[in-house]
Amino acid sequence: MLEIKNLHVKLEDEDKQILNGVDLTVPAGEVHAIMGPNGSGKSTLSYVLSGRDGYQVTEGEASLDGHDLLDMEPEERASAGLFLAFQYPVEIPGVGNLTFLRTALNAQRKARGEEELSSAEFLKLVREKAKTLKIDGEMLKRPVNVGFSGGEKKRNEILQMAMLEPRMCILDETDSGLDVDAMRLVADGVNALRSPERSFLVITHYQRLLDHIKPDVVHIMSAGRIVKTGGPELALEVERNGYGDLLAEVG
Amino acid sequence: MADTAVLSAQTPAVEGKARPGASALSARLEALDLPQGGFTAAARRDAAERLASMGLPGARDEYWRYTDPAPFNAPRPEPLSVPARDASLFSDIDRLTLVFVDGVFDAAASDDLSAEGLQIESLAAADRGADHWAVGLYGTLEAAGQVPVKRPFAVLNTLAARDGLLIRVTGPVSRPLHVLYRRQDAAADVVLHHVVKLEPGAELTLLETGGIGARSNTMLEVDLAAGARFHHISSKRADDAKLGIGHIFARVGEGALFKSFALSVNGRMMRNEGVIEIAGDDAVAHIAAAVLGDGDEGAFHHDDTVFITHAAERCESRQVFKKVLKNGAHGIFQGKILVKPGAQKTDGYQISQGLLLDEGSQFLAKPELEIYADDVKCSHGSTTGALDETAMFYLRSRGVPREQAIVLLVLSFLADALAEIENDELRDAILVRLDEWLTTRAKG
Ligand SMILES: Nc1ncnc2c1ncn2[C@@H]1O[C@H](COP(=O)(O)OP(=O)(O)OP(=O)(O)O)[C@@H](O)[C@H]1O
Ligand SMILES: [Mg+2]
Repeated sequence: MLEIKNLHVKLEDEDKQILNGVDLTVPAGEVHAIMGPNGSGKSTLSYVLSGRDGYQVTEGEASLDGHDLLDMEPEERASAGLFLAFQYPVEIPGVGNLTFLRTALNAQRKARGEEELSSAEFLKLVREKAKTLKIDGEMLKRPVNVGFSGGEKKRNEILQMAMLEPRMCILDETDSGLDVDAMRLVADGVNALRSPERSFLVITHYQRLLDHIKPDVVHIMSAGRIVKTGGPELALEVERNGYGDLLAEVG
Repeated sequence: MADTAVLSAQTPAVEGKARPGASALSARLEALDLPQGGFTAAARRDAAERLASMGLPGARDEYWRYTDPAPFNAPRPEPLSVPARDASLFSDIDRLTLVFVDGVFDAAASDDLSAEGLQIESLAAADRGADHWAVGLYGTLEAAGQVPVKRPFAVLNTLAARDGLLIRVTGPVSRPLHVLYRRQDAAADVVLHHVVKLEPGAELTLLETGGIGARSNTMLEVDLAAGARFHHISSKRADDAKLGIGHIFARVGEGALFKSFALSVNGRMMRNEGVIEIAGDDAVAHIAAAVLGDGDEGAFHHDDTVFITHAAERCESRQVFKKVLKNGAHGIFQGKILVKPGAQKTDGYQISQGLLLDEGSQFLAKPELEIYADDVKCSHGSTTGALDETAMFYLRSRGVPREQAIVLLVLSFLADALAEIENDELRDAILVRLDEWLTTRAKG
C-alpha cells in the first residue's frame, strides 16, 4: 500500500537536511508503528507524505497503491486515500466543524467521481460516528478545534478519519494529551476501522497506545532514517530501556 | 474661501494635490440641477452657505489622506455601461420593495406604500409642499455631524438631493423594506437623500441593493427615538457601484438599537462614512462591513470612515470591518470612538482587519479613541495578514481543493462581520451570495 524508498528531505528555505534515506513499506491491512527520539523526523515524514509546503525532496520516492504521492497536491493525496491525524490539530475560527467535515467529505467524493452526500445523509452519518467517540452536538457545531481541549482535538481528528474512511491512515502522536478513557475511545475508533483494505502508520512515544492498537511491525527512527525494524517486542524494549542501547547497537 | 482659491491658483490643478477652489465648486454645482426645495428649502440654503465656506476637499486634507477625493470633485462622472439585471440578493425574502431608477423613485415599479405602521413618501413628491414631519430632520443630523470633522460631500448631498425616501415608523413593521436601485442612463450622477424616523418603540429593517448611478452620493439620516430598533443592510456589487460616496448620520435615543451592515463586493472607488451619535442612555450602535475587492476588475479602493460619539451612559458601540483584498486592491479604515464627558459605563469596541490575498494589495487602518470619561471600557484592534498557511494545509490535507479552501478561509475571516446581521434569513441570503461569488471567482 504505502511504499517509501530512500527518501531524502531538506527544508526548502534552509540548508537543513531532515530525512536521510527513509525506507518503509506498509502492506495493506497492516498496522505499523514508528517510534524514535524527539526531533528524529517522524512528523516531517508524515508532513512530506501528505504534501505540506516548506520541504524539498532531494532524493527517493513515495507511493500509495503504486501512485507517486510526491507528484500530487495535498487534496489529491487525500482523495487517493491518505489521511494524517495531526500531532497538533489546527484551529480554524469561523469555520464550523460540521461545515468543514461535509466540505471535505464531499470534495473527496467528487474527486473520486462519487455522488455527494445530501445534508440528511451526512448528518445521520456524522452523528453516528461522533457518538461512538463521545463527541457531542455542541462540539460539532463549534468552529474547527477552536476552544477544544487537547484530548477533544485528538478525538476530532479520529472523527474526521472515521468520516473520510481513508485507506492509509497516519496517526502522529494521537495518544499525546489523552486521558486513559479518551485513549480507549481513540483506540476503539481506530480498531473499528481496521480492515484488510486499510493500513495504519502509528507514530508514538509510548507502548500504552500499542497495548490498545496492536502493531504488526515496529520501526525505530533516528536522525532521519529507519534504523531498526521488528515486531511488537521492539516497542516493549524501548519502553523498558529507552533508545540508548538500541541506537548504540545500530551505530 | 479666499485662502483655498489662492492655494489652487498657485498650485496647478493637474497635480491633484491642492484643495479645489471656488471655481471648482461652482463647476461642480453647475453640473447639478439644484432643486429649490419646498419644506427642505431652508436646509438647502443653509447647506449652500456651509458648502461655500467649507469648499470641496483636497487630497492634502487629513480626512482624505488615504482616499483621493478628485473623482468626487469632478463635475461629472465618466459614463458607465449599464449591466444586465440579475436576481436581487433578497428576492426570496418576504419584503416591501421600493424601486429607484437612476436615483428617481419609480412608484409604478414599487409595492404599495400604505403598509401598516409605516409612512413613506418620496422626497421629490413631498418636497413640493412647505410643511412636513421631516422638516426638523432633513439636513439636520448631517449638519450636526460636521463637527469636529468636515464632510463636504454630505453638505453637497443636502444641498443637491433630488429624491430619496422619507420613512416614518410608528410601530413594528412586519416585513423588511427593500430599496432596490436600478440603472438606465449610463451617465446618471445620482444624489439621494433618505430620512428615517423611528418613533418610540418602533422597529424597522431596511435593505438596500442594486446599482445607483454612474456616480452616487447617498445619505441616510436616521433618528431613533427611545426603544426603537433599526436594522440596516446594504449590498453593493461589482457592476453596480463603480464610484460612490455614502453617508449615514444616526442619532440613537435612549434604549434604542442601531445596526448597520454593508456588503461590498468589488466596485471601484467607494467611500462610506458612518457618523453615529449615541444620545440616550442604554443604547446600542453597531456598524459593520464585509468587503471583497479585486484590483483586476479595475483599480479597487474602498474606504470606510466611521465616527461614533458616546454622549450618554451605559451605551455599547461596535465597529467591525473586514476587507479581503487581492490583485492590488486597497482597503482603508478610519474609525473613531469619542466618549464625551459623563458618558460613563461606555462599552466601545472597534476591530478592523485586512486579509491580503497577494502582496500587491494594501490595507490601511487608522483607529482612534478619544475618551473624556473615567469609567469606560473601550478598545480597538487592527490586523493585516495573509491567508493562514497552516489552516490551508489542514483543509487541503482533508481533501478540500485549494480554491475551495480559500473560499472557506475567506468566509471564516468575514464571519465576525457577518455575525453582525441579526436576522438568520438575511444573513443566510448574504452568505449564499458570497459563497457563490467566491466559488465562481475561484474557478475563473
Ligand atoms: N519547518 C521547520 N523549520 C525548522 N526546523 C524544522 C522544521 N521542520 C522540522 N524541523 C526540524 O527537523 C527535525 C525533525 O522534526 P520533527 O518534527 O519531524 O521531529 P519528530 O520526530 O516528529 O519529533 P517529536 O517526537 O518531538 O514530535 C527537528 O530538528 C526539527 O526542529
Ligand atoms: Mg513529531
